[in-house]
Amino acid sequence: MNLAEAGRVAITAIGANRLRSALTVLGVVIGVMSVVLLVAVGTGARNEVTAGVEDLGSNLLLVVPGSFDFGQAPTLSKFSLDDVERVRRELGGAVSVSGNLASGETVRAGSVSAFASVLGVTAEFDSVVNREVGRGEFLSESDVATGRRVAVLGSSAAEALFPATDPIGKTVTIAGLRFRVVGVLDELGAALGVDRDSQVLMPITAAQRLFGTRRVDTIFVKAGSAADLDAVSQRLQGVLAERLDPEEFSVLSQQEILGVAGQILDTLTLVLAAIAGISLLVGGIGVSNIMLVSVQERTREIGLRKALGARTRDITSQFLVEAIVLCGVGGLIGIGVGVGLAAVATTFTPLPAAVTGWSVGLAFGVSVGVGVLFGTFPARRAGRLDPVVALRYE
Amino acid sequence: MTPVVEVVDVTREYVLGGGRGVDAAVVRALRGVTFRVDPGEFVAIVGPSGSGKSTLLHLLGALDRPTSGQLRFSGRDVAELDDTDLAALRNREIGFVFQQFQLLARTSALANVGLPLVYRSSGRAERRERAAAALAAVGLSHRLGHRPSQLSGGEQQRVAIARALVTQPRLLLADEPTGNLDSQTGADIMRLLRGLNVDAGVALVVITHDPEVAALAPRQIRIRDGLLEPSTVGAERA
Repeated sequence: MNLAEAGRVAITAIGANRLRSALTVLGVVIGVMSVVLLVAVGTGARNEVTAGVEDLGSNLLLVVPGSFDFGQAPTLSKFSLDDVERVRRELGGAVSVSGNLASGETVRAGSVSAFASVLGVTAEFDSVVNREVGRGEFLSESDVATGRRVAVLGSSAAEALFPATDPIGKTVTIAGLRFRVVGVLDELGAALGVDRDSQVLMPITAAQRLFGTRRVDTIFVKAGSAADLDAVSQRLQGVLAERLDPEEFSVLSQQEILGVAGQILDTLTLVLAAIAGISLLVGGIGVSNIMLVSVQERTREIGLRKALGARTRDITSQFLVEAIVLCGVGGLIGIGVGVGLAAVATTFTPLPAAVTGWSVGLAFGVSVGVGVLFGTFPARRAGRLDPVVALRYE
Repeated sequence: MTPVVEVVDVTREYVLGGGRGVDAAVVRALRGVTFRVDPGEFVAIVGPSGSGKSTLLHLLGALDRPTSGQLRFSGRDVAELDDTDLAALRNREIGFVFQQFQLLARTSALANVGLPLVYRSSGRAERRERAAAALAAVGLSHRLGHRPSQLSGGEQQRVAIARALVTQPRLLLADEPTGNLDSQTGADIMRLLRGLNVDAGVALVVITHDPEVAALAPRQIRIRDGLLEPSTVGAERA
């Protein structure tokens, strides 16, 4: 029996038990769909993070507390404004420096309130991390020097707090203290469902007083160009090491952040794919089960085919092809549904799912592989049936 | 002339009880049977149930192997053939007709008849052509596209006979071919088989417990308790 013939027999057999075949295939459909969809979500998250980090610019260096590595526990910052000042002084005019301190707070404007991440920053923050002020102006050097209670709002924070009026010159209240709004930032857009426009920026000195700390969480250093980055990084580490232990800080470039973030997200994608793979495995066991039932039901047919001259391998390949066709069809439907759901997820949720060619190819390959794997046992069983016994089977 | 099938001192024993336990019982279904069927012959094998008739049928159909003795098809001993060779032998030399017809449901008469040709890698066009010719030979040219459920019992058995003939076998093996048919239809089927035996020169072995059916055959072999009755084997030309 050639392959085309086996395929025709398989399709006839599958068609003869439509409902059962459909339910069997459903397991494979769900498995393949999960693989395609979850890998798409993982990949989408990676793309978002990459884009977010790239927004910062390629000539940016970040100083973060502790050592920055995948799996490393967060460390409390030992940086102070003195460190920021020293960096600014030592590295000179070739770079601009900004420190920041962050916390989530409820911000009020009259009767309206909104939850925002409150960032204490220096006056260079906007130019260092590439933020544009849409209306009003950014914080000034003197605002930072005197710890003046002024604030710059992210675009969505401004919209939430002042839906109908121009916020410039108005007052917001944070933890009981009043801040005058001096500017509103341009819109940045959401990443991974995190609204980056709901920030409220204030002079770092004012923030330190508000939060009752002398701490600085992150120091941003912007080199003149990407080519200077290595040299600036070297000098920066030297300056910081004068006061801090090497384990107390890490200097990171955009590339290093992307590397670590990519590692985390690749692991996430892999875990998601593995979970989806388990459901595919379960689907495969369903196929195996139904194939065994099918072999049992068609024992007499097998006996007859053998009496008419079918060899063991003719019968085995007949049932194997049937399992592969079942799984292959399930795989194709699963890919279709997975791609469809990924599109729906991208449209209606903050998770942008990116369907990748490799996951689609892999999912289809695996579903056919599942057919081979889980079809082999029932098919061999069918092939080995004794024709005398099979013909008399009732 | 090489016999179509030659059975020499054949025994067949079955081990019951799973074959592993100490209590396993050995059933001696055939206890030394010898006879031959020559090309173009018509032989009836008759015996009550439990006589070893079915066992003999399975051996003559190359579906099973003897425990001892020789079983030769066209001079080839099955002891020298592996399972794949046996499958090919069934396909090329033997046509089966069963009491229960054994047609594939949801499959047209034409496809049912063409089924044995699938296992000798004939092309689809050739299969259709030969299956249609075989169905014409049993008088069913007008039923090619019908499925078994759309055919009468007699018509189904004719389809089964066409399927047995389509490979042009040397031996047509019919197991109670009239057992599921009324007597009139049964007589028609026997007439058809006899005609094919005479016209196409195919050896015909009918296994039956019906004396009327057996009486149609020029030679009858009676089997009882796993042995052939000497008087009937005496008909064997030495």
